Amino acid sequence: MLMKYSEIEEDFASLTTDANTVLFANRVEKTYPNGTRALDEVRLRIQRSDFVSLLGPSGCGKSTLLKMFAGLEAPSHGHVRWLGTDSPRKSGLKIAMVFQEATLMPWANVATNVRLPLDLAGTPKADSAPRVQRALEAVGLGKFGASYPRELSGGMQMRASIARALVTEPDVLLMDEPFGALDEFTRNRLDADLRALWAQRNARSDGSDTKQLAIVFVTHSIYEAVYLSSRVVMMAARPGRMVADLRIPDPVRDDDFRLSMAFTEHCRDLSARLLAASGGEFEHDEGARR
Amino acid sequence: MKTPLLHNPNAIKIIAPALVGLFLLLVWQVLCIAWKVPIYLVPKPSDIAMTLWNDGPGLLRALGVTLKITVLAFLVAVVLGVIAAFLFVQNRIVETSLFPYAILLQVTPVVAIAPLIIIWVKNPTIALVFCATLVALFPIISNTVLGLRSVSPGLLNLFRLNGATRWQTLMRLRIPSALPYFFGGLRISSGLALIGAVVAEFVAGTGGTGAGLAYEILQAGFQLNIPRLFAALVLISLTGILLFTLMAWLAKASISQWHESEMS
Ligand SMILES: Nc1ncnc2c1ncn2[C@@H]1O[C@H](COP(=O)(O)OP(=O)(O)OP(=O)(O)O)[C@@H](O)[C@H]1O
Ligand SMILES: [Mg+2]
Repeated sequence: MLMKYSEIEEDFASLTTDANTVLFANRVEKTYPNGTRALDEVRLRIQRSDFVSLLGPSGCGKSTLLKMFAGLEAPSHGHVRWLGTDSPRKSGLKIAMVFQEATLMPWANVATNVRLPLDLAGTPKADSAPRVQRALEAVGLGKFGASYPRELSGGMQMRASIARALVTEPDVLLMDEPFGALDEFTRNRLDADLRALWAQRNARSDGSDTKQLAIVFVTHSIYEAVYLSSRVVMMAARPGRMVADLRIPDPVRDDDFRLSMAFTEHCRDLSARLLAASGGEFEHDEGARR
Repeated sequence: MKTPLLHNPNAIKIIAPALVGLFLLLVWQVLCIAWKVPIYLVPKPSDIAMTLWNDGPGLLRALGVTLKITVLAFLVAVVLGVIAAFLFVQNRIVETSLFPYAILLQVTPVVAIAPLIIIWVKNPTIALVFCATLVALFPIISNTVLGLRSVSPGLLNLFRLNGATRWQTLMRLRIPSALPYFFGGLRISSGLALIGAVVAEFVAGTGGTGAGLAYEILQAGFQLNIPRLFAALVLISLTGILLFTLMAWLAKASISQWHESEMS
Protein backbone atom coordinates (compact mmCIF):
# COMPACT_ATOMS: atom_id res chain seq x y z
CA MET A 1 0.00 0.00 0.00
CA LEU A 2 1.28 3.41 -0.96
CA MET A 3 1.40 6.25 1.52
CA LYS A 4 1.34 9.92 0.84
CA TYR A 5 4.63 11.63 1.58
CA SER A 6 3.09 13.59 4.44
CA GLU A 7 1.85 10.37 6.02
CA ILE A 8 5.24 8.76 5.85
CA GLU A 9 6.74 11.85 7.40
CA GLU A 10 4.17 11.90 10.15
CA ASP A 11 4.62 8.19 10.73
CA PHE A 12 8.34 8.67 11.00
CA ALA A 13 7.85 11.53 13.39
CA SER A 14 5.71 9.36 15.62
CA LEU A 15 8.20 6.54 15.68
CA THR A 16 11.22 8.63 16.48
CA THR A 17 11.52 8.58 20.21
CA ASP A 18 9.96 11.80 21.30
CA ALA A 19 10.03 11.06 25.00
CA ASN A 20 7.64 13.88 25.70
CA THR A 21 4.75 12.65 23.60
CA VAL A 22 2.88 10.08 25.62
CA LEU A 23 -0.15 9.71 23.36
CA PHE A 24 -0.35 10.37 19.68
CA ALA A 25 -3.40 9.87 17.49
CA ASN A 26 -2.32 10.09 13.88
CA ARG A 27 -5.00 10.62 11.19
CA VAL A 28 -7.32 8.46 13.18
CA GLU A 29 -10.68 7.50 11.73
CA LYS A 30 -13.36 5.39 13.30
CA THR A 31 -16.35 3.96 11.54
CA TYR A 32 -18.52 1.75 13.71
CA PRO A 33 -19.89 -1.48 12.19
CA ASN A 34 -23.29 0.16 11.79
CA GLY A 35 -21.76 2.80 9.51
CA THR A 36 -21.56 5.69 11.99
CA ARG A 37 -18.47 7.79 11.32
CA ALA A 38 -17.46 8.69 14.84
CA LEU A 39 -14.07 10.21 14.02
CA ASP A 40 -12.54 11.64 10.89
CA GLU A 41 -8.82 12.37 10.41
CA VAL A 42 -8.12 13.23 14.02
CA ARG A 43 -4.55 14.10 14.87
CA LEU A 44 -3.78 14.82 18.49
CA ARG A 45 -0.57 14.80 20.45
CA ILE A 46 -0.60 14.62 24.24
CA GLN A 47 2.57 15.62 26.10
CA ARG A 48 3.83 14.24 29.37
CA SER A 49 2.42 16.84 31.70
CA ASP A 50 -0.48 18.10 29.57
CA PHE A 51 -3.91 18.77 30.93
CA VAL A 52 -6.01 18.57 27.79
CA SER A 53 -9.77 19.02 27.70
CA LEU A 54 -11.78 17.56 24.84
CA LEU A 55 -14.73 19.87 24.34
CA GLY A 56 -17.54 19.35 21.90
CA PRO A 57 -21.22 18.62 21.38
CA SER A 58 -22.78 15.27 22.09
CA GLY A 59 -21.89 12.58 19.59
CA CYS A 60 -18.72 14.18 18.23
CA GLY A 61 -16.61 11.19 19.20
CA LYS A 62 -15.02 12.32 22.44
CA SER A 63 -15.64 9.02 24.24
CA THR A 64 -14.53 7.12 21.17
CA LEU A 65 -11.22 8.98 21.07
CA LEU A 66 -10.71 8.45 24.79
CA LYS A 67 -11.38 4.71 24.47
CA MET A 68 -8.79 4.55 21.71
CA PHE A 69 -6.23 6.22 23.95
CA ALA A 70 -7.12 3.60 26.58
CA GLY A 71 -6.57 0.84 24.02
CA LEU A 72 -10.17 -0.31 24.38
CA GLU A 73 -11.14 0.53 20.80
CA ALA A 74 -9.09 0.21 17.62
CA PRO A 75 -9.13 2.88 14.89
CA SER A 76 -10.50 1.91 11.47
CA HIS A 77 -7.78 4.00 9.81
CA GLY A 78 -4.67 5.71 11.03
CA HIS A 79 -3.05 4.71 14.27
CA VAL A 80 -2.55 5.53 17.90
CA ARG A 81 0.91 5.53 19.47
CA TRP A 82 1.80 5.19 23.12
CA LEU A 83 5.29 6.58 23.69
CA GLY A 84 5.95 5.68 20.06
CA THR A 85 4.86 2.05 20.48
CA ASP A 86 1.73 0.49 19.06
CA SER A 87 0.16 -0.76 22.31
CA PRO A 88 -0.23 0.62 25.81
CA ARG A 89 1.39 -2.49 27.21
CA LYS A 90 4.56 -2.20 25.14
CA SER A 91 4.96 1.45 26.10
CA GLY A 92 4.99 0.60 29.79
CA LEU A 93 2.69 3.55 30.39
CA LYS A 94 0.30 3.27 33.26
CA ILE A 95 -3.04 4.39 31.93
CA ALA A 96 -6.07 4.85 34.16
CA MET A 97 -9.55 5.80 33.09
CA VAL A 98 -12.50 7.31 34.90
CA PHE A 99 -15.75 6.52 33.16
CA GLN A 100 -18.86 8.65 32.94
CA GLU A 101 -20.51 6.44 35.57
CA ALA A 102 -18.72 5.39 38.73
CA THR A 103 -18.68 1.71 37.60
CA LEU A 104 -17.94 0.33 41.06
CA MET A 105 -18.42 -3.33 41.88
CA PRO A 106 -21.55 -3.36 44.09
CA TRP A 107 -20.49 -6.54 45.88
CA ALA A 108 -17.19 -5.12 47.12
CA ASN A 109 -16.59 -2.35 49.62
CA VAL A 110 -14.94 0.90 48.62
CA ALA A 111 -11.43 -0.15 49.65
CA THR A 112 -11.67 -3.37 47.65
CA ASN A 113 -12.98 -1.44 44.66
CA VAL A 114 -10.11 1.00 44.84
CA ARG A 115 -7.62 -1.83 45.28
CA LEU A 116 -8.81 -3.62 42.14
CA PRO A 117 -6.12 -2.34 39.70
CA LEU A 118 -3.43 -3.35 42.20
CA ASP A 119 -5.02 -6.76 42.78
CA LEU A 120 -5.22 -7.39 39.04
CA ALA A 121 -1.55 -6.53 38.73
CA GLY A 122 -0.72 -8.97 41.53
CA THR A 123 0.47 -6.42 44.08
CA PRO A 124 0.76 -8.02 47.55
CA LYS A 125 -1.92 -6.92 50.04
CA ALA A 126 0.69 -5.52 52.42
CA ASP A 127 1.92 -3.11 49.76
CA SER A 128 -1.47 -2.17 48.43
CA ALA A 129 -3.22 -1.37 51.71
CA PRO A 130 -1.35 1.90 52.44
CA ARG A 131 -1.62 2.98 48.79
CA VAL A 132 -5.37 2.41 48.83
CA GLN A 133 -5.66 4.45 52.00
CA ARG A 134 -3.62 7.28 50.49
CA ALA A 135 -5.75 7.31 47.34
CA LEU A 136 -8.92 7.37 49.43
CA GLU A 137 -7.62 10.24 51.50
CA ALA A 138 -6.65 12.14 48.36
CA VAL A 139 -10.32 12.22 47.33
CA GLY A 140 -11.62 12.79 50.86
CA LEU A 141 -12.96 9.29 51.43
CA GLY A 142 -10.42 8.24 54.04
CA LYS A 143 -13.11 7.04 56.44
CA PHE A 144 -15.26 5.21 53.90
CA GLY A 145 -13.07 2.28 52.93
CA ALA A 146 -15.39 -0.22 54.59
CA SER A 147 -18.60 1.24 53.13
CA TYR A 148 -20.40 -0.34 50.22
CA PRO A 149 -20.99 1.69 47.05
CA ARG A 150 -24.74 1.80 47.62
CA GLU A 151 -24.14 3.54 50.94
CA LEU A 152 -22.39 6.47 49.20
CA SER A 153 -23.88 9.47 47.45
CA GLY A 154 -23.37 9.87 43.71
CA GLY A 155 -20.55 12.34 44.23
CA MET A 156 -18.82 10.07 46.71
CA GLN A 157 -19.11 7.13 44.32
CA MET A 158 -17.49 9.25 41.62
CA ARG A 159 -14.69 10.15 44.02
CA ALA A 160 -14.17 6.47 44.84
CA SER A 161 -13.90 5.83 41.14
CA ILE A 162 -11.27 8.59 40.87
CA ALA A 163 -9.37 7.09 43.82
CA ARG A 164 -9.34 3.78 41.94
CA ALA A 165 -7.79 5.56 38.96
CA LEU A 166 -5.19 7.31 41.14
CA VAL A 167 -4.14 4.28 43.14
CA THR A 168 -1.75 3.00 40.47
CA GLU A 169 -0.07 6.44 40.23
CA PRO A 170 -0.78 6.53 36.49
CA ASP A 171 1.20 8.41 33.88
CA VAL A 172 -1.96 9.10 31.92
CA LEU A 173 -5.40 9.73 33.35
CA LEU A 174 -8.31 9.58 30.93
CA MET A 175 -11.53 11.05 32.26
CA ASP A 176 -14.84 10.83 30.41
CA GLU A 177 -17.16 13.54 31.74
CA PRO A 178 -16.45 12.38 35.27
CA PHE A 179 -18.43 15.15 36.93
CA GLY A 180 -21.21 15.42 34.38
CA ALA A 181 -23.87 14.02 36.71
CA LEU A 182 -22.92 16.08 39.76
CA ASP A 183 -24.32 19.32 41.16
CA GLU A 184 -22.39 22.51 40.54
CA PHE A 185 -20.96 22.86 44.06
CA THR A 186 -19.54 19.37 44.15
CA ARG A 187 -18.38 19.71 40.60
CA ASN A 188 -16.47 22.94 41.27
CA ARG A 189 -14.84 21.44 44.31
CA LEU A 190 -13.81 18.27 42.54
CA ASP A 191 -12.51 20.37 39.63
CA ALA A 192 -10.34 22.36 42.04
CA ASP A 193 -9.09 19.17 43.68
CA LEU A 194 -8.28 17.60 40.34
CA ARG A 195 -6.37 20.63 39.16
CA ALA A 196 -4.43 20.76 42.42
CA LEU A 197 -3.60 17.08 42.16
CA TRP A 198 -2.34 17.51 38.62
CA ALA A 199 -0.26 20.56 39.57
CA GLN A 200 1.22 18.71 42.53
CA ARG A 201 2.18 15.65 40.48
CA ASN A 202 3.87 17.78 37.85
CA ALA A 203 5.63 20.13 40.24
CA ARG A 204 7.14 17.39 42.37
CA SER A 205 9.20 15.90 39.59
CA ASP A 206 12.40 17.89 39.66
CA GLY A 207 14.57 16.33 37.04
CA SER A 208 13.10 12.83 36.89
CA ASP A 209 10.03 13.01 34.67
CA THR A 210 8.68 9.57 35.47
CA LYS A 211 6.14 10.85 37.96
CA GLN A 212 4.55 13.36 35.61
CA LEU A 213 0.84 13.08 35.00
CA ALA A 214 -0.97 13.79 31.75
CA ILE A 215 -4.73 14.19 31.90
CA VAL A 216 -7.19 13.98 29.02
CA PHE A 217 -10.50 15.28 30.25
CA VAL A 218 -13.76 15.07 28.31
CA THR A 219 -16.39 17.66 29.08
CA HIS A 220 -19.40 19.51 27.67
CA SER A 221 -18.73 22.56 29.78
CA ILE A 222 -16.68 25.44 28.43
CA TYR A 223 -16.18 26.80 31.96
CA GLU A 224 -14.88 23.51 33.25
CA ALA A 225 -12.52 23.17 30.30
CA VAL A 226 -11.11 26.66 30.76
CA TYR A 227 -10.77 26.32 34.50
CA LEU A 228 -9.02 22.97 34.39
CA SER A 229 -6.86 22.58 31.40
CA SER A 230 -3.69 23.89 29.88
CA ARG A 231 -5.03 23.01 26.42
CA VAL A 232 -8.56 22.83 25.07
CA VAL A 233 -9.21 20.71 22.02
CA MET A 234 -12.50 21.52 20.38
CA MET A 235 -14.38 18.98 18.31
CA ALA A 236 -17.41 19.08 16.03
CA ALA A 237 -19.84 16.34 15.11
CA ARG A 238 -20.93 14.45 12.00
CA PRO A 239 -18.32 13.36 11.33
CA GLY A 240 -16.46 13.84 14.60
CA ARG A 241 -13.38 15.96 13.96
CA MET A 242 -11.08 18.47 15.61
CA VAL A 243 -11.77 22.11 14.91
CA ALA A 244 -9.45 23.96 17.29
CA ASP A 245 -6.59 23.43 19.71
CA LEU A 246 -6.08 26.31 22.12
CA ARG A 247 -3.70 26.97 24.98
CA ILE A 248 -4.91 28.36 28.29
CA PRO A 249 -1.64 29.72 29.64
CA ASP A 250 -2.73 31.12 33.02
CA PRO A 251 -0.72 29.27 35.68
CA VAL A 252 -2.86 29.88 38.75
CA ARG A 253 -6.30 28.27 38.93
CA ASP A 254 -8.24 29.24 42.01
CA ASP A 255 -11.63 30.73 42.77
CA ASP A 256 -10.32 34.15 41.74
CA PHE A 257 -9.44 32.77 38.33
CA ARG A 258 -13.10 31.83 37.80
CA LEU A 259 -14.00 35.51 38.32
CA SER A 260 -11.11 37.02 36.37
CA MET A 261 -11.28 38.85 33.05
CA ALA A 262 -8.93 36.32 31.52
CA PHE A 263 -11.31 33.50 32.38
CA THR A 264 -14.24 35.32 30.80
CA GLU A 265 -12.18 36.11 27.71
CA HIS A 266 -11.20 32.48 27.22
CA CYS A 267 -14.78 31.33 27.64
CA ARG A 268 -16.07 33.92 25.18
CA ASP A 269 -13.40 32.99 22.67
CA LEU A 270 -14.22 29.27 22.98
CA SER A 271 -17.95 29.69 22.68
CA ALA A 272 -17.53 31.93 19.63
CA ARG A 273 -15.38 29.27 18.00
CA LEU A 274 -17.76 26.52 18.98
CA LEU A 275 -20.61 28.47 17.41
CA ALA A 276 -18.57 29.12 14.27
CA ALA A 277 -17.66 25.45 14.05
CA SER A 278 -21.26 24.27 14.34
CA GLY A 279 -22.45 27.05 11.99
CA GLY A 280 -19.82 26.08 9.46
CA GLU A 281 -20.92 22.51 9.69
CA PHE A 282 -24.52 23.56 9.07
CA GLU A 283 -23.59 25.47 5.91
CA HIS A 284 -21.46 22.60 4.83
CA ASP A 285 -24.37 20.20 5.21
CA GLU A 286 -26.66 22.53 3.28
CA GLY A 287 -24.11 22.81 0.50
CA ALA A 288 -23.71 19.07 0.30
CA ARG A 289 -27.45 18.57 0.01
CA ARG A 290 -27.91 20.99 -2.87
CA MET B 1 -41.02 -4.26 75.64
CA LYS B 2 -39.66 -1.93 72.96
CA THR B 3 -40.88 -3.75 69.87
CA PRO B 4 -44.23 -5.45 70.28
CA LEU B 5 -44.50 -8.61 68.21
CA LEU B 6 -46.83 -7.00 65.68
CA HIS B 7 -44.33 -4.22 64.97
CA ASN B 8 -41.47 -6.58 64.31
CA PRO B 9 -41.42 -7.11 60.52
CA ASN B 10 -39.68 -10.46 60.82
CA ALA B 11 -42.29 -11.83 63.20
CA ILE B 12 -45.09 -10.54 60.97
CA LYS B 13 -43.61 -12.41 58.01
CA ILE B 14 -44.30 -15.66 59.87
CA ILE B 15 -47.33 -14.77 61.94
CA ALA B 16 -49.44 -13.24 59.17
CA PRO B 17 -49.41 -16.20 56.76
CA ALA B 18 -49.78 -18.62 59.68
CA LEU B 19 -52.94 -16.83 60.80
CA VAL B 20 -54.35 -16.94 57.27
CA GLY B 21 -53.57 -20.66 57.13
CA LEU B 22 -55.21 -21.33 60.49
CA PHE B 23 -58.28 -19.39 59.46
CA LEU B 24 -58.64 -21.33 56.21
CA LEU B 25 -58.23 -24.64 58.06
CA LEU B 26 -60.90 -23.56 60.49
CA VAL B 27 -63.31 -22.67 57.68
CA TRP B 28 -62.58 -26.02 56.05
CA GLN B 29 -63.23 -27.88 59.30
CA VAL B 30 -66.47 -26.02 60.00
CA LEU B 31 -67.79 -26.45 56.46
CA CYS B 32 -67.02 -30.19 56.48
CA ILE B 33 -68.93 -30.60 59.76
CA ALA B 34 -71.79 -28.31 58.74
CA TRP B 35 -72.38 -30.01 55.37
CA LYS B 36 -71.56 -33.49 56.71
CA VAL B 37 -69.04 -34.14 53.91
CA PRO B 38 -68.11 -37.84 53.90
CA ILE B 39 -64.51 -38.56 54.82
CA TYR B 40 -63.83 -40.44 51.53
CA LEU B 41 -64.58 -37.24 49.56
CA VAL B 42 -63.01 -34.47 51.59
CA PRO B 43 -61.56 -35.28 54.99
CA LYS B 44 -61.61 -32.71 57.76
CA PRO B 45 -58.27 -31.11 58.67
CA SER B 46 -58.53 -32.92 62.00
CA ASP B 47 -58.80 -36.27 60.18
CA ILE B 48 -55.69 -35.42 58.16
CA ALA B 49 -53.84 -34.41 61.28
CA MET B 50 -54.84 -37.70 62.94
CA THR B 51 -53.61 -39.69 59.95
CA LEU B 52 -50.37 -37.72 59.92
CA TRP B 53 -49.90 -38.62 63.55
CA ASN B 54 -50.88 -42.29 63.27
CA ASP B 55 -49.25 -43.10 59.92
CA GLY B 56 -46.37 -40.74 60.65
CA PRO B 57 -43.49 -43.23 60.59
CA GLY B 58 -44.57 -44.85 57.33
CA LEU B 59 -45.22 -41.56 55.61
CA LEU B 60 -41.96 -40.07 56.84
CA ARG B 61 -40.07 -43.06 55.48
CA ALA B 62 -41.74 -42.46 52.11
CA LEU B 63 -40.91 -38.78 52.37
CA GLY B 64 -37.29 -39.71 53.01
CA VAL B 65 -37.19 -41.70 49.76
CA THR B 66 -38.67 -38.83 47.75
CA LEU B 67 -36.46 -36.29 49.46
CA LYS B 68 -33.37 -38.32 48.70
CA ILE B 69 -34.23 -38.35 45.01
CA THR B 70 -35.09 -34.65 45.08
CA VAL B 71 -31.86 -33.62 46.74
CA LEU B 72 -29.70 -35.84 44.54
CA ALA B 73 -31.41 -34.55 41.41
CA PHE B 74 -31.10 -30.97 42.57
CA LEU B 75 -27.39 -31.31 43.30
CA VAL B 76 -26.72 -33.01 39.98
CA ALA B 77 -28.74 -30.30 38.22
CA VAL B 78 -26.77 -27.54 39.93
CA VAL B 79 -23.41 -29.07 39.07
CA LEU B 80 -24.33 -29.92 35.47
CA GLY B 81 -26.19 -26.65 34.96
CA VAL B 82 -23.31 -24.52 36.17
CA ILE B 83 -20.80 -26.46 34.07
CA ALA B 84 -23.03 -26.10 31.01
CA ALA B 85 -23.48 -22.38 31.67
CA PHE B 86 -19.72 -21.84 31.92
CA LEU B 87 -19.19 -23.71 28.66
CA PHE B 88 -21.88 -21.65 26.97
CA VAL B 89 -20.41 -18.29 27.90
CA GLN B 90 -16.87 -19.27 26.93
CA ASN B 91 -17.75 -19.55 23.31
CA ARG B 92 -20.59 -18.32 21.09
CA ILE B 93 -20.32 -21.35 18.82
CA VAL B 94 -20.66 -23.74 21.74
CA GLU B 95 -23.70 -21.84 22.90
CA THR B 96 -25.44 -21.59 19.55
CA SER B 97 -24.87 -25.28 18.84
CA LEU B 98 -25.96 -26.56 22.26
CA PHE B 99 -28.60 -24.13 23.48
CA PRO B 100 -31.42 -25.52 21.33
CA TYR B 101 -30.88 -28.88 23.02
CA ALA B 102 -31.08 -27.30 26.43
CA ILE B 103 -34.45 -25.90 25.38
CA LEU B 104 -35.44 -29.31 24.05
CA LEU B 105 -34.69 -30.66 27.52
CA GLN B 106 -36.95 -28.05 29.00
CA VAL B 107 -39.96 -28.54 26.73
CA THR B 108 -39.99 -32.34 26.77
CA PRO B 109 -42.49 -33.48 29.42
CA VAL B 110 -40.89 -35.91 31.86
CA VAL B 111 -44.04 -37.95 32.04
CA ALA B 112 -43.53 -38.74 28.38
CA ILE B 113 -39.94 -39.93 28.63
CA ALA B 114 -39.87 -41.28 32.17
CA PRO B 115 -41.16 -44.74 31.15
CA LEU B 116 -38.34 -45.04 28.62
CA ILE B 117 -35.73 -43.99 31.13
CA ILE B 118 -37.10 -46.42 33.69
CA ILE B 119 -36.85 -49.20 31.14
CA TRP B 120 -33.34 -48.23 30.06
CA VAL B 121 -31.80 -47.58 33.45
CA LYS B 122 -31.71 -50.67 35.63
CA ASN B 123 -31.22 -48.97 38.99
CA PRO B 124 -34.57 -47.37 39.90
CA THR B 125 -33.03 -44.68 42.12
CA ILE B 126 -30.73 -43.57 39.33
CA ALA B 127 -33.62 -43.62 36.87
CA LEU B 128 -35.74 -41.41 39.12
CA VAL B 129 -32.87 -39.04 39.83
CA PHE B 130 -32.22 -38.80 36.11
CA CYS B 131 -35.85 -37.83 35.42
CA ALA B 132 -35.97 -35.24 38.19
CA THR B 133 -32.64 -33.79 37.05
CA LEU B 134 -34.02 -33.27 33.56
CA VAL B 135 -36.80 -31.16 35.04
CA ALA B 136 -34.57 -29.14 37.35
CA LEU B 137 -31.68 -28.49 34.97
CA PHE B 138 -32.89 -25.78 32.62
CA PRO B 139 -33.52 -22.91 35.05
CA ILE B 140 -30.00 -23.31 36.41
CA ILE B 141 -28.46 -23.21 32.94
CA SER B 142 -30.48 -20.29 31.64
CA ASN B 143 -30.23 -18.18 34.78
CA THR B 144 -26.50 -18.75 35.19
CA VAL B 145 -25.85 -17.96 31.52
CA LEU B 146 -27.90 -14.81 31.82
CA GLY B 147 -25.99 -13.84 34.96
CA LEU B 148 -22.56 -14.51 33.51
CA ARG B 149 -23.49 -12.41 30.50
CA SER B 150 -25.08 -9.54 32.37
CA VAL B 151 -21.81 -7.94 33.34
CA SER B 152 -21.70 -4.15 33.34
CA PRO B 153 -19.85 -3.11 30.15
CA GLY B 154 -18.13 -0.33 32.08
CA LEU B 155 -16.64 -2.80 34.56
CA LEU B 156 -15.63 -5.08 31.71
CA ASN B 157 -13.75 -2.17 30.12
CA LEU B 158 -12.13 -1.39 33.44
CA PHE B 159 -10.90 -4.97 33.74
CA ARG B 160 -9.59 -4.91 30.18
CA LEU B 161 -7.83 -1.60 30.73
CA ASN B 162 -6.05 -3.06 33.74
CA GLY B 163 -4.91 -6.06 31.76
CA ALA B 164 -7.05 -8.60 33.62
CA THR B 165 -6.68 -12.19 32.48
CA ARG B 166 -9.69 -14.26 31.43
CA TRP B 167 -9.48 -16.09 34.73
CA GLN B 168 -9.38 -12.89 36.80
CA THR B 169 -12.35 -11.50 34.89
CA LEU B 170 -14.27 -14.71 35.51
CA MET B 171 -13.50 -14.94 39.21
CA ARG B 172 -13.70 -11.29 40.15
CA LEU B 173 -16.34 -10.02 37.77
CA ARG B 174 -18.46 -12.58 35.98
CA ILE B 175 -19.15 -14.90 38.90
CA PRO B 176 -20.10 -12.17 41.40
CA SER B 177 -22.32 -10.51 38.77
CA ALA B 178 -23.99 -13.86 38.10
CA LEU B 179 -24.73 -14.73 41.74
CA PRO B 180 -28.15 -13.04 42.06
CA TYR B 181 -29.33 -14.75 38.86
CA PHE B 182 -27.87 -18.05 39.97
CA PHE B 183 -29.76 -17.92 43.26
CA GLY B 184 -32.95 -17.14 41.36
CA GLY B 185 -32.28 -20.29 39.35
CA LEU B 186 -31.72 -22.31 42.53
CA ARG B 187 -35.06 -21.22 43.91
CA ILE B 188 -37.00 -22.28 40.84
CA SER B 189 -34.97 -25.42 40.39
CA SER B 190 -35.33 -26.75 43.93
CA GLY B 191 -39.11 -26.78 43.56
CA LEU B 192 -38.87 -28.35 40.13
CA ALA B 193 -36.60 -31.11 41.43
CA LEU B 194 -39.29 -32.07 43.94
CA ILE B 195 -42.01 -32.01 41.29
CA GLY B 196 -39.77 -34.01 38.97
CA ALA B 197 -39.12 -36.61 41.65
CA VAL B 198 -42.83 -37.02 42.44
CA VAL B 199 -43.84 -37.20 38.78
CA ALA B 200 -41.14 -39.75 38.03
CA GLU B 201 -42.26 -41.86 41.00
CA PHE B 202 -45.82 -41.75 39.72
CA VAL B 203 -44.71 -43.08 36.38
CA ALA B 204 -42.47 -45.70 37.94
CA GLY B 205 -45.42 -46.83 40.04
CA THR B 206 -44.77 -49.58 42.50
CA GLY B 207 -41.64 -50.87 40.82
CA GLY B 208 -38.36 -50.23 42.54
CA THR B 209 -36.82 -50.32 45.92
CA GLY B 210 -38.20 -47.98 48.51
CA ALA B 211 -41.57 -46.45 47.81
CA GLY B 212 -41.77 -42.67 47.82
CA LEU B 213 -44.61 -40.33 48.61
CA ALA B 214 -46.04 -40.59 45.09
CA TYR B 215 -46.40 -44.31 45.64
CA GLU B 216 -48.19 -43.64 48.94
CA ILE B 217 -50.59 -41.30 47.13
CA LEU B 218 -51.29 -43.88 44.44
CA GLN B 219 -51.88 -46.61 47.05
CA ALA B 220 -54.09 -44.39 49.17
CA GLY B 221 -56.10 -43.51 46.06
CA PHE B 222 -56.69 -47.16 45.17
CA GLN B 223 -57.78 -47.92 48.73
CA LEU B 224 -59.92 -44.77 48.93
CA ASN B 225 -57.88 -43.85 52.00
CA ILE B 226 -58.39 -40.17 51.32
CA PRO B 227 -57.05 -38.82 54.64
CA ARG B 228 -53.78 -40.63 54.00
CA LEU B 229 -53.68 -39.20 50.48
CA PHE B 230 -54.13 -35.72 51.89
CA ALA B 231 -51.51 -36.36 54.54
CA ALA B 232 -48.99 -37.31 51.85
CA LEU B 233 -49.93 -34.18 49.92
CA VAL B 234 -49.37 -32.05 52.99
CA LEU B 235 -45.91 -33.54 53.42
CA ILE B 236 -45.01 -32.83 49.79
CA SER B 237 -46.16 -29.22 50.08
CA LEU B 238 -44.30 -28.70 53.33
CA THR B 239 -41.15 -30.12 51.76
CA GLY B 240 -41.49 -27.77 48.81
CA ILE B 241 -41.92 -24.78 51.09
CA LEU B 242 -38.96 -25.87 53.15
CA LEU B 243 -36.73 -26.18 50.08
CA PHE B 244 -37.80 -22.77 48.84
CA THR B 245 -37.14 -21.18 52.22
CA LEU B 246 -33.75 -22.82 52.39
CA MET B 247 -32.79 -21.40 49.00
CA ALA B 248 -34.09 -17.96 49.93
CA TRP B 249 -32.06 -18.07 53.11
CA LEU B 250 -28.96 -19.14 51.20
CA ALA B 251 -29.37 -16.25 48.79
CA LYS B 252 -29.88 -13.83 51.62
CA ALA B 253 -26.86 -15.08 53.50
CA SER B 254 -24.60 -14.71 50.48
CA ILE B 255 -25.65 -11.54 48.69
CA SER B 256 -27.90 -9.49 50.96
CA GLN B 257 -25.02 -7.17 51.69
CA TRP B 258 -25.00 -5.68 48.24
CA HIS B 259 -27.92 -6.84 46.12
CA GLU B 260 -31.22 -4.96 46.27
CA SER B 261 -33.32 -8.07 45.72
CA GLU B 262 -32.20 -9.56 49.03
CA MET B 263 -32.35 -6.49 51.23
CA SER B 264 -35.22 -6.36 53.64
N1 LIG C 1 -20.54 1.00 19.86
C1 LIG C 1 -21.03 1.87 18.94
N2 LIG C 1 -21.64 1.42 17.83
C2 LIG C 1 -22.11 2.28 16.92
N3 LIG C 1 -22.03 3.61 16.99
C3 LIG C 1 -21.44 4.12 18.08
C4 LIG C 1 -20.92 3.29 19.11
N4 LIG C 1 -20.39 4.08 20.06
C5 LIG C 1 -20.60 5.34 19.65
N5 LIG C 1 -21.22 5.38 18.45
C6 LIG C 1 -21.56 6.57 17.67
O1 LIG C 1 -20.38 7.29 17.45
C7 LIG C 1 -20.60 8.67 17.61
C8 LIG C 1 -19.65 9.24 18.64
O2 LIG C 1 -19.94 8.63 19.89
P1 LIG C 1 -19.21 9.03 21.24
O3 LIG C 1 -19.78 8.22 22.32
O4 LIG C 1 -17.74 8.96 21.03
O5 LIG C 1 -19.66 10.55 21.37
P2 LIG C 1 -19.37 11.59 22.53
O6 LIG C 1 -18.69 12.74 21.92
O7 LIG C 1 -18.68 10.91 23.67
O8 LIG C 1 -20.84 12.00 22.95
P3 LIG C 1 -21.40 12.39 24.41
O9 LIG C 1 -20.89 13.74 24.71
O10 LIG C 1 -22.87 12.37 24.23
O11 LIG C 1 -20.90 11.35 25.37
C9 LIG C 1 -22.07 8.85 17.97
O12 LIG C 1 -22.76 9.24 16.82
C10 LIG C 1 -22.51 7.48 18.41
O13 LIG C 1 -23.83 7.27 18.02
MG1 LIG D 1 -19.27 10.32 25.69
